[in-house]
Amino acid sequence: MADASSLGFWVVPIAVLGGAVRVSTPFLFVSLGECLTERSGRINLGLEGTLVMSAMVGYGVSYLSGSPWLGVLAAGITGAILGGVHAVICGLQRVNDIAVGIALMLFGIGLAFYLGKPLIQPKANILPAIDFGWWSTIPQLHDALKINVLFLIGVVLAPALVWALKSTRWGLILRTAGESADAARAMGYSVNRIRLRATMTGGFLAGVGGSFLSLYYPGNWNEGLSSGQGITAVALVIFARWNPMLCFWTSLLFGGAAALGPALQSVQITWGYHLFGAAPYFLTLAIMIITCSPKRTLVGAPAELSITK
Amino acid sequence: MTFAIETKAIGGRLVGDRFGAAAELVALPVLAVVVALIVFGGFVALFGVNPLDLYGYMYRGAFGTFFSWQNTLTRAAPLILTALCTALPAQLGMVVIGGEGALVMGGLCATAAGLAVLGAPPLIVQLVMAIAGMLAGGLWIAFAGALRHYRGVNETISTLLLNYIAIAILNHLVEGAMRDPASLNKPSSYSIGDQNMIGLIPWLGVHWGILFGVIAAVLAYLLVFHTTFGLGARISGGNLRAAKVVGLPVGKLVLAMCFLGGACAGLAGMVEIAAVQERANANMAAGYGYTGILVAFLARQNPLACIPVAILLGGIGASGGLLQRRLGLPDASVLVLQGIIFIAVLASDTFYGRFKIFQTNSA
Amino acid sequence: MNFDRISRRTLLGGTAAVALAGTLPARIARAADFTVGFIYVGSRDDYGYNQAHAQGAAAVKKMAGVKVTEEENVPETDAVEKTMESMINLDGSTLLFPTSFGYFDPHILRLAPKYPNVRFEHAAGLWVPAMPKNIGSYFGYIDEAQYVNGIVAGRMTKTNKLGFVAAKPIPQVLRNINAFTLAAISVNPKITTQVIFTGDWSMPVKEAEATQSIVNAGADVITMHVDGPKTVVETASRRGAFVCGYHCNQAALAPNNYLTGAEWDWEDLYPKFVTMAMKGETIPNFYRGGYKEGLVKSSPYGAMVPDAVRKEADAAKGALMSGDFVIYKGGLKDNKGNTVIPAGAGLVQTDIKLESMGYLVEGVIGSTS
Repeated sequence: MADASSLGFWVVPIAVLGGAVRVSTPFLFVSLGECLTERSGRINLGLEGTLVMSAMVGYGVSYLSGSPWLGVLAAGITGAILGGVHAVICGLQRVNDIAVGIALMLFGIGLAFYLGKPLIQPKANILPAIDFGWWSTIPQLHDALKINVLFLIGVVLAPALVWALKSTRWGLILRTAGESADAARAMGYSVNRIRLRATMTGGFLAGVGGSFLSLYYPGNWNEGLSSGQGITAVALVIFARWNPMLCFWTSLLFGGAAALGPALQSVQITWGYHLFGAAPYFLTLAIMIITCSPKRTLVGAPAELSITK
Repeated sequence: MTFAIETKAIGGRLVGDRFGAAAELVALPVLAVVVALIVFGGFVALFGVNPLDLYGYMYRGAFGTFFSWQNTLTRAAPLILTALCTALPAQLGMVVIGGEGALVMGGLCATAAGLAVLGAPPLIVQLVMAIAGMLAGGLWIAFAGALRHYRGVNETISTLLLNYIAIAILNHLVEGAMRDPASLNKPSSYSIGDQNMIGLIPWLGVHWGILFGVIAAVLAYLLVFHTTFGLGARISGGNLRAAKVVGLPVGKLVLAMCFLGGACAGLAGMVEIAAVQERANANMAAGYGYTGILVAFLARQNPLACIPVAILLGGIGASGGLLQRRLGLPDASVLVLQGIIFIAVLASDTFYGRFKIFQTNSA
Repeated sequence: MNFDRISRRTLLGGTAAVALAGTLPARIARAADFTVGFIYVGSRDDYGYNQAHAQGAAAVKKMAGVKVTEEENVPETDAVEKTMESMINLDGSTLLFPTSFGYFDPHILRLAPKYPNVRFEHAAGLWVPAMPKNIGSYFGYIDEAQYVNGIVAGRMTKTNKLGFVAAKPIPQVLRNINAFTLAAISVNPKITTQVIFTGDWSMPVKEAEATQSIVNAGADVITMHVDGPKTVVETASRRGAFVCGYHCNQAALAPNNYLTGAEWDWEDLYPKFVTMAMKGETIPNFYRGGYKEGLVKSSPYGAMVPDAVRKEADAAKGALMSGDFVIYKGGLKDNKGNTVIPAGAGLVQTDIKLESMGYLVEGVIGSTS
């Protein structure tokens, strides 16, 4: 084993890199899902509930079936169902999508804790990692490069979504619903149906993100599992200007920030770890203050979105 | 499906028959709560619990004995105040979810101010604490209001972020600069002292926070529905363009409503210190701010309705213990039920004006 | 493990509550039953602090004529006062075990004078004679078991670097870190312990990241003090590090990496207290103990621990059992170079000064602020 002390402060960037890869995946999936939903003109604040609920379901299915991949699938389906509930209720007249999101957050978390009690103790099979660091003799780097397949799927998914939103018929219809519901209706599309599909797909992705928490990292089920990643990811979408590729980079940034606090402590910088822990929130707020303007809506913001109107 | 109706939702309803509309305003949420209770009963029945037992224990735990009432009202006290943090800015069409952060900042600053004047007579200390708490909570949310008005930053997201930031500041201070070295295993600030605690309402056995909440809710109601200021806010919330046309100072309204809402949550933080905890520590972030959002939405953002709704949710919280101990239900039952109620009430919004019974009396 | 737990529990609850809603008030616990209430701050199967207490409660449940009621996830606000009062008023409990530290001041202190006939037994609070006599404070010197952990860890490390994932820099935690480190240094003076604070009692992602950082810093034996050690144990063993457990036995989570662990043992104490209360005997207001009193124990050694190391650890345990062994010897220095215990003034386990420890000893890498 290489002598850790010889790395000196290099421990920090390596830890941040590793943390970025490890911690970012739930952010990535939730934000990509939310990105889709918001581009269709609706905001789903309930993804925190989706994340927790699907983490629980994924863990339970993996435990009962022995297959973590089946768990990922079940988590995705759970997310899609919760997304469907959100979309159907929001599809009713006069219903506020932000409020429904908060309600579903509460419901999803509550249901997950309720049904998840018997799953706190058992040990389920978790997802494997692929070793990309075999060439390195530095164990820290080697380990930072053990990467889960879900992260790789996310890496491919982000540009794929950029392309799909921009260049496919499906993407065009979705964006139309997000920019002008009237225009979409004029073309003969049901805005509700478009948004239902977008919210369910978004829920599916968020669900997969949840399964990453319970089935890979940290890789167990307990009631403190999420500590707000789902809701942070919703803020992250605004940070990323509704662009899937920027969602990817921002997720990495937020993931790295989570690793920063402990890594700094390991090199003797011990002051203010509570504040370092809140760094992503300070950062998002600062970026929003700098980039927003009362005179125009945000660049890239879907015009139908309630939070930007 | 049609979408154009959205804009005339709240304004149009009250114009016609006031009695029918008012009856509808009460009946629909009540009906939604009943439906939610039935759904929840069915849910627990899946796990072998008799729904009748469930309702029986819920009633007993929440309202069945004098002690249960004390329990319920104690839990309702902070909720009325934190609900106003969402309900007041909501008059302007804003969705503020920062009650938790405002409560934490209010409690923190109230403690700091109280400690600064510790030697003064108790009433002075309490007044200083209340003012400091309200100022801190008010400025915290007014900051989000200012960001909204001057920078166009969405207030839902900014207040959410401010919650996390407030909790980080709280933890940082009570484990650092403000820490009482004698608060061994629970890092806390110094105590404000027994003599400065505001205590219980003698005949009720519930702390004074419940009365503050009721007074604040009544004042907020009068402000919103019986002053020009409140009318201006409601006009701006209904139609921003119209508000600007008639020359309403929208910016000032936004700042003032956010400040007042935040001040209520800040007062809840002060009460949490001066009636319950005696010192600031991580226990302040107990989720009252988040439950307050739920109360405000269930009360349809009506300050006066926040009182009974807070008592209802306080009752659900109070009965949670009995559900765990007698029926073996998980503690999360309370969350599930709250979620179902919230969804049902929101979904019931769509039924306004659809039931003939409320229209039959109209001329 | 018990996948059918909910249905079984609800079934039991259901039979206890056959009465319909209207007749409920008559069904407060029968006079023949002695009712005991347990309150947990987290989930009672967290593989940690709360589970240790719940195991003690389970032992009480087996006693004849005793009825146990439990509530979990009760926050340290006035909610816990109401939970206690509810257990007293609605269940007829006369003995309560509110098990989280934060329940003590101000909540238990406020309720005890109001209910003089109810006994409040609290873990870890500092009872002093000026406080109500119906409050009891008990706790175990679990740093003794962390000391034994440290002996094993000190012998098993190859990098001479140990790791400690901790929640907050408070006396209980610092005492564990120090005992662990002092033991390791006693068998291998070159050892250092890297400590990382996560800032809160249950933060799985942060705990996992802290574990990663510690392993990256070169540590190869990890222990912890957080409410639910599951995440740290699993993450460390996935990185190939050895683990010393805490609170409960976590060997099942990492069978190939779990060396031993510092556990609470409430399964003797709680039934003992309940028996005393039932007989009307006075439970001591201030009760502390370690290995000798049976309040703490060590997990069985993992298969990878060689016999020589086991013997050494057992010897340390024996010395602690005999009661004349001092962990915090005179001349102790903190990691800033200050002498925190003057030469010749070693502190024995019962010394109350140890319950307000505010320093990290020499050899610990980390800071209390």
